[in-house]
Amino acid sequence: MGAPRGLKGRSLLEPGDFTPGELAELFDLADEITESPERYAEVAKGKILAALFFEPSTRTRLSFETAMLRLGGQVIGFSEAQSSSAAKGESIADTVRTVGCYSDITVIRHPKEGSCRVAAAASDVPVINAGDGGHHHPTQTLTDLLTIRREKGRLTGLRVGLCGDLKFGRTVHSLIRAMRVYEGTEFVLISPQELRVPAYVIRDMEERGCPYEETQDMRSGMRGLDMLYMTRVQRERFFNEEDYIRLKDQFLLGAEQMRWAPSSMIVLHPLPRVNEIAAEVDADPRAVYFKQAKNGMYVRMALICALLGLAAR
Amino acid sequence: MEVNSIENGIVIDHIRAGSGLKLLSHLGIDTRTDTVALIMNATSGKHGRKDIIKIENLLDVDLTALGLLDCGATVNFIEHGKLVRKIKLSLPERVVGVIRCKNPRCVTSVEPAIPHVFLLVDPDTEEYRCEYCDESVRVNER
Ligand SMILES: [Zn+2]
Repeated sequence: MGAPRGLKGRSLLEPGDFTPGELAELFDLADEITESPERYAEVAKGKILAALFFEPSTRTRLSFETAMLRLGGQVIGFSEAQSSSAAKGESIADTVRTVGCYSDITVIRHPKEGSCRVAAAASDVPVINAGDGGHHHPTQTLTDLLTIRREKGRLTGLRVGLCGDLKFGRTVHSLIRAMRVYEGTEFVLISPQELRVPAYVIRDMEERGCPYEETQDMRSGMRGLDMLYMTRVQRERFFNEEDYIRLKDQFLLGAEQMRWAPSSMIVLHPLPRVNEIAAEVDADPRAVYFKQAKNGMYVRMALICALLGLAAR
Repeated sequence: MEVNSIENGIVIDHIRAGSGLKLLSHLGIDTRTDTVALIMNATSGKHGRKDIIKIENLLDVDLTALGLLDCGATVNFIEHGKLVRKIKLSLPERVVGVIRCKNPRCVTSVEPAIPHVFLLVDPDTEEYRCEYCDESVRVNER
């Protein structure tokens, strides 16, 4: 099986860049790589991936680097702005243009929103956005989608619960935007009043005619869910300590809450988690968040193959 | 008030009263040499009051910027004393280098030499979004 042809030479800047059909091909390729990794162990031989991390994100960087190494390719780059030419005041465009002379594909993480678009415009090689501030993190979304597809066997007709900080959680906004295109998707938004999803996310769902409910009650919200996406309610999001203390324990997932949940409801979390999911849930077969991390590596392997047009021999 | 018709050039009509001067400044006209008439607060049956701009011997104008400034205006192209083309302005789909992004987290706040690009989201509310960071802006509130 070859790489999805339509993706060769393209960049991935935000989750909506690929059509559902292209995503399905990408996920098929990720499944194929997972089943027969040896067939892909050398497909990227002689290729170089540049990982430009203008802010540190060890987890994401290691996932990309491992993906490239497992395909037989090599990695160059930097892991924080201090060690790069950006510290000397070089523009993003110039840095990317220069590195593009050395590499076949560029991964960029930068604290400013839209930085990846500047990079893509300056680059002759494909660019992957590995997080541009609070804006997008499309490979996290690909990871979430691949995990859902693997665990539920489909991406259509799912009742999707999202719980916690739905206002600032960028992974939540991206996942809603990605899931709303699949037929029969319903959303249940479980959050404190102060951390409800922003208006533009509501508009995203309404545009597609997706049914959605908003609730502050976890127990009723979990009824009938196919999956629950957990995020953390952070102290710094609240103006006063009292509100935080009043709310913080209402959106925690423990063994008790899992007893309310349907037997087929999977639990996802973008990681790292702090206390929003109790350790006792880890052993529950419905908890799939550690599988997510592994899926993240496979989906990045598939993505690199697709953008570089690499096929197994 | 009467201003003679022009032989060759453009007449921008039905400009929202009070906006004429702002439009004129965006046309990049050399007021030392070009023949220009700005009529302010002319009576108009349709709108009550309107501004009108007449420029002689100029046929090349940036309709994108004009549409953004006043999407209700019309541009008449005159050649040899005859109206050859009439364009009703509308909000442009894509605007480069006119609206500036005010989001401090946007890459346009740090990266030199990149154009500020805005895309039309909703013509009814005149809402645009930054192509880089998605920050939205309503043009009338600028
Ligand atoms: Zn912006």
